[in-house]
Amino acid sequence: MPAAPRAGDRERAKRWRRISHLALWGLSLTPAVVTLVQAFTNRLGFNPIETLTDRTGWWAIFHLVLTLAVTPLRRLTGWHWLVRYRRQLGLSAFVYASLHLGVYAFLDLGLDLSHLVEDVLERPFMTIGFLAWLILLALAVTSTTGWIRRLGKRWAALHRLVYLAAGLVSLHFVWGQKTLRAEPLVFTGVFALLLAARAVYAARRRRSRAAAALAEQA
Amino acid sequence: MSSTLERLLAVPESEVTPEELYLSRRTFMRAAAAVAVGAAANAVLGQEAGDELLGLGGTTETPTDYEAITTYNNFYEFGYDKSDPSRLSGDFVTDPWSITVEGLAENTGTYSLEEIVSQFEVERRVYRLRCVEAWSMVIPWNGFMLRDLVTLLAPKPEARYVRFEAVFRPEQMPGQRRNLLPFPYVEGLRLDEAMNPLTFMATGIYDRPLKNANGAPIRLVVPWKYGFKSIKSIVKIEFTAERPLNTWNVVAPHEYGFYANVNPNVDHPRWSQRTERRIGEFRRRDTLMFNGYGELVEGLYAGMDLVTNF
Repeated sequence: MPAAPRAGDRERAKRWRRISHLALWGLSLTPAVVTLVQAFTNRLGFNPIETLTDRTGWWAIFHLVLTLAVTPLRRLTGWHWLVRYRRQLGLSAFVYASLHLGVYAFLDLGLDLSHLVEDVLERPFMTIGFLAWLILLALAVTSTTGWIRRLGKRWAALHRLVYLAAGLVSLHFVWGQKTLRAEPLVFTGVFALLLAARAVYAARRRRSRAAAALAEQA
Repeated sequence: MSSTLERLLAVPESEVTPEELYLSRRTFMRAAAAVAVGAAANAVLGQEAGDELLGLGGTTETPTDYEAITTYNNFYEFGYDKSDPSRLSGDFVTDPWSITVEGLAENTGTYSLEEIVSQFEVERRVYRLRCVEAWSMVIPWNGFMLRDLVTLLAPKPEARYVRFEAVFRPEQMPGQRRNLLPFPYVEGLRLDEAMNPLTFMATGIYDRPLKNANGAPIRLVVPWKYGFKSIKSIVKIEFTAERPLNTWNVVAPHEYGFYANVNPNVDHPRWSQRTERRIGEFRRRDTLMFNGYGELVEGLYAGMDLVTNF
């Protein structure tokens, strides 16, 4: 008979969890810190603002991929503890997306608001990027336990918008290049695979539920 | 504008293809004498444009760092990233070099680079360069006017365009091996654009020979047009009656036109062209119509709709 977890074990598990979250934040934000140091030591090349824009965008997409990979990975490996880090990865994606938009609005455009508004309203490439950021903003705001409780079932529906964000981000990345490039297409393909995995799981769940219902009837 | 300049800009067709320059390849050298006359006129033009050292249309703005000019480049033959041309162009061999002249001209044939360059007195032109991606530089070029070369090649009266082709050597150019664009890169100008005294054939920057990353050993510089018109590492010049294709227009016709004149009022579909970032500066600056060379080139486009002919 397995021993009931003692209070000390629970404390230790909690502490470990806290440390692991901090470590993950550390990992996620390392590129930002490195970039900041490079910015202040003048090592971002001859067009530093362009470098900042490209890099923050890249890390936003990278974290979005990690976020969406959690559930399929969990199913594949049975590592259910992964889900504890999903929210944090999503928030990191939002942080980098905000830095990306911030660099563009503050540093590149020098807060020329009319230019920014014109970009968002008149240039579909910019519009979809901005929409993706709005979605991430909404998801970040509603990512707290309080909001999860308050929204109930609607929370899951709302947070499925992350796939729309992934689609918009993919298009923004592919379109942002002067020619069709491999890297944005690879990211797009990975997003598509992750979405397909979710669809497969959902279909399987539906099928097994239907089978269970049939078995009950018999 | 000075009367000399006006006279030179309004070149009558008979002067573009003078009958007496009805030459064979053998007499190419003799035509150089005609260019010497042109060179004298250029000296006058240079002085009238301001500082003689800056050359015609020369700007007194601070030239961009040599390091930036030679390591921040778009040259897809070597790669997509700005640092690729300087990092990956080590295998590119530019000596010996020759240029083949084809099409509607009297003096078609293949000429060695020395044969061509030795015909002209190399001069300096400090030009603004405005990339279609909304960044810009100030570059002190060395070279000669394209019009002098065109005069030597003696286009026939039917010739209305000049087509340029860049080198195709996948074994020396990693971007060509990766098929980043449909290579060889091609560009074109209307003949009168080619004959404008601003249009320049560059063989150097900062009084040093062109680096591979900048389009060694010889490239075009058209300062009132977006940078992609200024084709690098030229191996072929062709005179045509029909408007030639240009690579970026073929790749993305809605984004890049044939004319590609710098125009703050016509935006790229994905970004505004109203402002630009000068490399080395933090704040954006306003983009100028024809990149600030309107006085010297706007006559070329009189009555033309520059929105549809972007």
